[in-house]
Amino acid sequence: MSDTRLRIGFIPLCDAAALIVAADKGFAEAEGLELELVREVSWSNVRDKLNIGLFDAAHLLAPVAIASSLGLGHVKVPIVAPFGLGVNGNAITVSPSLYAAIAKAAEGDILDPMVSARALARIIAERRRRGEEPLTFGMTFPFSTHNYHLRFWMAAGGIDPDEDVRLVVLPPPYMVESLASKQVDGFCVGAPWNSVAVDLGVGCILHFISEILSHAAEKVLAVRARWAEDNPDTLMRLVRAHQRAATYIEDAGNRAEVIAILAAPKRIDVDAEVISRTLDGRLKVTPDGKVRADERYLIIGRGGAARPDPVQAAWLYAQMVRWGQAPHSEQMLTSAKAVFRPDLFDAALGNKTVASVAPADGIGAFAGPAFDAHDVGAHLRAWAFKKQ
Amino acid sequence: MDASLKIVIVDESPVRAAILEEGLREAGFVNVVRIEGTAKLLARIYAIDPDVILIDLENPSRDVLEQMFQVSRIVKRPVAMFVDQADSASIQASVDAGVSAYIVDGLKKERIKSILDLCISRFNAFSRLQSELEQTKSALEERKVIDRAKGILMKAKKLSEEQAYALLRKTAMNENRKIADVAQSVITAAELFK
Repeated sequence: MSDTRLRIGFIPLCDAAALIVAADKGFAEAEGLELELVREVSWSNVRDKLNIGLFDAAHLLAPVAIASSLGLGHVKVPIVAPFGLGVNGNAITVSPSLYAAIAKAAEGDILDPMVSARALARIIAERRRRGEEPLTFGMTFPFSTHNYHLRFWMAAGGIDPDEDVRLVVLPPPYMVESLASKQVDGFCVGAPWNSVAVDLGVGCILHFISEILSHAAEKVLAVRARWAEDNPDTLMRLVRAHQRAATYIEDAGNRAEVIAILAAPKRIDVDAEVISRTLDGRLKVTPDGKVRADERYLIIGRGGAARPDPVQAAWLYAQMVRWGQAPHSEQMLTSAKAVFRPDLFDAALGNKTVASVAPADGIGAFAGPAFDAHDVGAHLRAWAFKKQ
Repeated sequence: MDASLKIVIVDESPVRAAILEEGLREAGFVNVVRIEGTAKLLARIYAIDPDVILIDLENPSRDVLEQMFQVSRIVKRPVAMFVDQADSASIQASVDAGVSAYIVDGLKKERIKSILDLCISRFNAFSRLQSELEQTKSALEERKVIDRAKGILMKAKKLSEEQAYALLRKTAMNENRKIADVAQSVITAAELFK
């Protein structure tokens, strides 16, 4: 029997790990699949090539899968996510001068996101009094977790992200040089780019996203809903290959080999040591070598993290509504939740109960009431904009 | 056709951008601006205030343009990707060619269809040229390798040039390999015996 060939697009980021290891360590082959991984330069390309069928599957930003399914900003193509490639993994990095200013303006420990956000709000107010340009922050895509994470944190501290700062889209590989050349004052991006900025001495990691939301779906394995219907068996095999790869990655005993696979030139193509820090969740956060560790920094498959949780889809949809990207409707909420498919995950792997690493409400935000996926309106009312 | 449309080209390849610009000008579009580099891309595009933006798909800055879909304070005129829902073949053709078009919301699709078609054909022509160039280059390289191998055989086995070539060809046929590959083996072997 000849293998089923699949073309899969990805962006060189650490959370493509399960896909890369599935393809390069023989997990896909064991399922009778031959994966051709295509490294892409933009999320728009990944989305478009998945939508028109040039890719069978893709490493995709979870909110792009939802936006595509709802027809927001672009052509409506229903997408399903049978496997979560990563939970968390982003971080907010700011320039050393902004970091120092936040530390100075802080009333308390800046490790507390509320303290840092309020300090930033004071800096912004002071800049405005002096008639200075607003601060600029980079994020990776309009429909990105990075956009929503930055906004969630800022707004909790009383900053209106649409009025008080400039949020600009920057491709991840350009983030670091934009920070170095002072085109942006900070950014929210995934691994390895925060570490790269710290290593070059141009940035300090202010927060891991796991400090802002303890459980945030990041990238998903995405396929067209139509493709999933037409290729049920192939999809099951693909999910199994991913789960085995994820388990292999999370086993610390395989770390060196996994890092070598990920660091390869045609894959993520960055220094192995940087990938190692990401997978260990021990990051150098300032250029002078201060280290912060959080085992929740990036979760690949541990504790059922790869099983798609519709609560995550609901939270992401709520952010789209909150920031004016989508209208609020129960029907859209239902469609958004239907993108995340735990049933397909279970069909491939059996519904094994594992000790979940997710918090009680599925999200674990540092501020605000618990999230209720059935009542997005309550979330929006609780966060209705209040200037301090 | 609408010659007054203001068109911006964002392309990492200056040669391809020039080819595209020339094509658009020949077709009668007079307002064509090429943008290079990535710094402050959005601000520069807003300053030009174009009706149509063309960008190559190898360009990571495509994601930057997607921000213009959003209605927000920093976006003056919302932009949409050129997508004709009824005509998925046109998306396929442009993605295959490696180009993407963004248009100011509200602009009638038929007004820019000819621009996109022109882009696709110029992009395809450019990649044909590029692959022809590659082929010519590698053909030249192969010629050089074969000439060197012939020289080695002529000297070592006291053969004429014709005999040396015949020997390479016969070996290639017997081993089902390309002459250039056999020639490369001869050179490698000769270097080992030095």
